[in-house]
Amino acid sequence: MNKKVGIEVSLAAADAVKMANVDLIAAYPITPQTHIVEHLSELVANGELDAEFIPVESEHSALSVCIGSAAVGARTFTCTSSQGLALMNEIIFIASSMRLPIVLILANRSLSGPLSIWNDHTDVMSIRDSGWVQVFVENGQEVFDHVFFAFRVAEDPKVSLPVIVNLDGFILTHVIEPIEYWDQESVNKYLPDFKPVSTLNPDAPVTMGAFGMPGIYTEAKKAQDEALINSKPEIIKAWKEMGEVIGRRYSPVETNNIEGAETVFLTMGSVGETVSIAVERLRAQGEPVGQVKLRLWRPFPVEEFREAVRNVKRIIVIDRAVSFGGQGGPVAAEIRSVLYDEENRPSVTNFICGLAGRDVTPDNYIDMYEKSLKDGDKSKEEDYVIYGVRE
Amino acid sequence: MPLADYKQYVAMDRLPSIWCPGCGNGVALKALALALAESEIPPDKTLLANGIGCSGRVGDYVRCHRFHGTHGRTLAFVTGIKLVRPEIKAVCLLGDGDCSAIGMSHFIHSARRNVDIVTIVINNFNYGMTGGQFSPLSPYNMITSTSRSGKAEPDIDMCKLADVAGANYVSRTTIYHVAEMKNYIKESLGKKGFSLVEIVSPCPTYYARYNKIGTIIQQLEWLKEKFIPIERYNEMNNDEKENFFWRGILINRDLPDLYQHMHKGVEVRKR
Ligand SMILES: Cc1ncc(C[n+]2csc(CCOP(=O)(O)OP(=O)(O)O)c2C)c(N)n1
Ligand code: SF4
Ligand SMILES: [Mg+2]
Repeated sequence: MNKKVGIEVSLAAADAVKMANVDLIAAYPITPQTHIVEHLSELVANGELDAEFIPVESEHSALSVCIGSAAVGARTFTCTSSQGLALMNEIIFIASSMRLPIVLILANRSLSGPLSIWNDHTDVMSIRDSGWVQVFVENGQEVFDHVFFAFRVAEDPKVSLPVIVNLDGFILTHVIEPIEYWDQESVNKYLPDFKPVSTLNPDAPVTMGAFGMPGIYTEAKKAQDEALINSKPEIIKAWKEMGEVIGRRYSPVETNNIEGAETVFLTMGSVGETVSIAVERLRAQGEPVGQVKLRLWRPFPVEEFREAVRNVKRIIVIDRAVSFGGQGGPVAAEIRSVLYDEENRPSVTNFICGLAGRDVTPDNYIDMYEKSLKDGDKSKEEDYVIYGVRE
Repeated sequence: MPLADYKQYVAMDRLPSIWCPGCGNGVALKALALALAESEIPPDKTLLANGIGCSGRVGDYVRCHRFHGTHGRTLAFVTGIKLVRPEIKAVCLLGDGDCSAIGMSHFIHSARRNVDIVTIVINNFNYGMTGGQFSPLSPYNMITSTSRSGKAEPDIDMCKLADVAGANYVSRTTIYHVAEMKNYIKESLGKKGFSLVEIVSPCPTYYARYNKIGTIIQQLEWLKEKFIPIERYNEMNNDEKENFFWRGILINRDLPDLYQHMHKGVEVRKR
């Protein structure tokens, strides 16, 4: 029987990593990721988890150790935030190009400067194009479920790619929520033992990280791109089978109040729950408003997204990062591009908000909705608006 | 200069500080301000660059030029500053984690290049800011939030490291030894090249609590008893040394600093 536990989300995430029977954890502390790693260290110290736990000297080293561990076929986990991810950057690209199935929980936090420890998505957007599978969760239960999902997808021989689970820092990491724990049997059923596609093995030598001359580099990148695109059916399958095991159903693009919606908000991560309150309130007033949530960010679920917004007139994209000098936040720019070839494509209004933990309330989202309808409003005339700036 | 003048280096209006009661960071801040005042280095000729950590917040309470970069990189930023503005007195204030973990390579190379920087390391044996995880300087076997059954890794002596790397001045003291601390900082402010003053400091909230070192008074007594003069320490046999740490001046020499090396025989352009 699955039991419900009231627990801090970070601790539950660590418990899930334990239940996934991880072999190696390498990390360097950074707020707000710390509780996840500290709890893992505790589980290893008291003998509940038989894994190598190495708190190394930097994030660059953490991911490098993970590369080595995954290369010899161990189930491998790391966890970071913000500056830590920035410091990992060099190795992030190595992990995906070597097709190493590492799982990383990213407790999303803004990048310096100015120095901030609070939540937004500027960290993950900096590695958008790195070749990792990237998913977003909205609450504690979702992160618990997605730990198993992440290992399963990463290690699927048809995928064999590293996976990031994006978990909003503080807003999720530091809250206590009721979380339904899987029983170990369900975990074992859902997540088979790791059988790597290729490992460093003296009996069957391979080279990892070979030189790529101009004659082969393009082919290598094409293969990598295809690997990520082709992971989508396996990702969908992994969600479907999770539904069969635990009854919760996830998909790349999820909708809320979509029937008859003329305007939809597009959200990623925990703001989805706040926006859903605004949507309910607007619906109660008779406004034709709905919500589309992007759970899968990479590979981008193009068909699913187009399908979800087919009958919609207007999309309000909520971005939680700035693309300096670009044509909107990173999410909106992508959404516009995905819609470009569509007949009757909806218009896109882009609000960048909630930077570095700035509170954005249901009232604010209702205000954004009203602005997006008003002729002559800035949000209609400009590609994007950074919302709530004190001028 | 009268003693009270140390206040011109301290942003008194920003006090009280954010540090926990009993934290050593404020004591080190005052020692630094006193040393600057006694050395008569005016605030507008002084740069305080700090790392990221509780110790790094010292930078929030000083009145002089201030630079706050990223975790571990301070010495590299300041190498750039010193090459262009050699006349500024640069003090880098770093945590043990900042300089011995993530910033270890910059520490070694700054000492090797003998960059003209006064480096003060506040060693509280853990990463205070992020919740008391162990750092490379946490002693073997100690309890931290990432070593619940004792740290499994050996530690390293940053003073010896600075010595072999080529620093001009290397000393170690503790928060308990207030006058000595001020004197070492003052001495290092008078040097050219790379100076290190390691200050061992209590972190009552994490390190001392996890390791049951007791009240802040007991923590200070622990520093007083455990950190003995280097001369006495050197006379001990290896078994006796196990129970103590040394404090004192390890190195005091005058090798040419990076700037002198780079501009040997070349007339320095006027900026
Ligand atoms: C690249 C990066 N990784 C991790 C962090 C998180 N972080 C902030 S301070 C700190 C450690 C501080 O320890 P120490 O230098 O000993 O300073 P103390 O707080 O003990 O004074 C860490 C790991 C960061 N800011 N940047
Ligand atoms: S956590 Fe430790 S180092 Fe940080 S302010 Fe508190 S006592 Fe000082
Ligand atoms: Mg420290």
